[in-house]
Amino acid sequence: MAAPVKIAWKNVTKRFGSKTVLDGLSLDAHEGKSLVIIGGSGTGKSVTIKTALGLIAPDKGVVEIDGRAVRPEDPSDPGLDQIGMLFQSGALFDSLTIWENIAFKLLKAGRMKRPEARARAIEALEQVDLEPDVANRATRELSGGMLKRASLARAIVTKPAILFFDEPTTGLDPVTADVINRLILRQVKSLGATAVTITHDMASMRMIADEVAMIEHGKIRWRGGLDGIEDCADPAVCAFVHGRSADE
Amino acid sequence: MTIFNPFRALGRGVLSLLRSIGAIAIFAGLTVRAVIGPFFAGQFVQQLVRIGFLSLPVVGLTALFTGAALALNIYVGGERFNAESFVPNIVALGIVRELGPVIAALMLAGRVSSGIAAEIGAMRATEQIDALHTLTIDPMRYLVVPRVLAGIVVLPMLVLVADVIGVFGGFLVGVTTLEFDPTVYVRNSADILERWDVVSGLIKAAVFGFLLTLMGCYHGYRAQGGAQGVGRAATHAVVSAAMLIFAANFILTSLFV
Repeated sequence: MAAPVKIAWKNVTKRFGSKTVLDGLSLDAHEGKSLVIIGGSGTGKSVTIKTALGLIAPDKGVVEIDGRAVRPEDPSDPGLDQIGMLFQSGALFDSLTIWENIAFKLLKAGRMKRPEARARAIEALEQVDLEPDVANRATRELSGGMLKRASLARAIVTKPAILFFDEPTTGLDPVTADVINRLILRQVKSLGATAVTITHDMASMRMIADEVAMIEHGKIRWRGGLDGIEDCADPAVCAFVHGRSADE
Repeated sequence: MTIFNPFRALGRGVLSLLRSIGAIAIFAGLTVRAVIGPFFAGQFVQQLVRIGFLSLPVVGLTALFTGAALALNIYVGGERFNAESFVPNIVALGIVRELGPVIAALMLAGRVSSGIAAEIGAMRATEQIDALHTLTIDPMRYLVVPRVLAGIVVLPMLVLVADVIGVFGGFLVGVTTLEFDPTVYVRNSADILERWDVVSGLIKAAVFGFLLTLMGCYHGYRAQGGAQGVGRAATHAVVSAAMLIFAANFILTSLFV
């Protein structure tokens, strides 16, 4: 039996000026499964995630988490309590130390005491294979790979039921990208979370996906399991997955 | 070939200005609304130090030289009407009612509005504002409210300091160059000032503090693009803050006269 739907994009349309970025997009992410969204640049992948996070309000349609509509641009939306997000740039606050970044939600929203929050942050650092001595460092003192791991620690520290990953391996060397992919896989499995990842990185997709959706021109072009995409009959999907132009 | 149409250009300009005014008014409304709710005291104290304490040298020096130059100019003008003796009175009134608040606010527009716009703009560009949202923290409450409240609280204090130092600048020139008796200079300065002169200057300062921090936050919050967008936001913040300070100064002075 298929797992219940955790996140549902229902006929979502979003325009920026005259450009239609999402054009009646409908997509489901199932509970406990890892959905990877692929597609070329500018096809609406990031906007898809941002509508689920309430960062962008759809012009039409609705995004639902557990059957409840996401309230756009409202950080008090209870749906956000069960979400962890890894941003492409890391998006760590450069005015704070690493542990303060990781424990930010616990300190500011949860009003947890600093010693307790610090202990939780160090625990999260260890889960992403970073040494506890990283905790007191500033963000500028960390390499790109370490920043990604610290961002991942921030995403998982509250043990969320849903994890979003926006281009988690972009800008990383292949070895570090592999480390990040393994960490993502391990954390998603250990939390039993629903994961939604957008990526251009096919190695990443192959490693972490249970299901794959390809977006083209703001719509779902292809949707299926990881096995199906490798020998997909659709030439556009095949070209994207195997890194060839569609004309070849 | 398209012929340049001045009416169309003017119309576009007016519409763009109205759009900006509307957007700023909405942002101001959202800021006021965000005051109600969780308050980030740590952020507020940090901004008090950044906007207030760290601006003291700039504001103090500017006020000192402005007071000194004002005394010299008033002396030159007063000499033509045999009214040199009014230098202390006019310097004190001019600084406390007008120049103290305006000069301090303009210096802060350059120092603080641009800094806020660049900081928040960079946070926008690096998705830190989006991250705040996903961490269930309202960016308006965390970033904007502490800065705007700090501006409202701290600018009157800075203006009070600027008033004292500005009058002292006039005193220095009056006593050392214009041969005023120190006791007479101080007495004349004190005698001319009424409580309302000081209070009206401080009210102006609070309004300017609101405007210059709001402009920094507004332009930073709406920054788009990378480094160029952040730079543009900082420039727009300074220019719009300065323009609003001059406009508000005229309106408040008209009300207070």
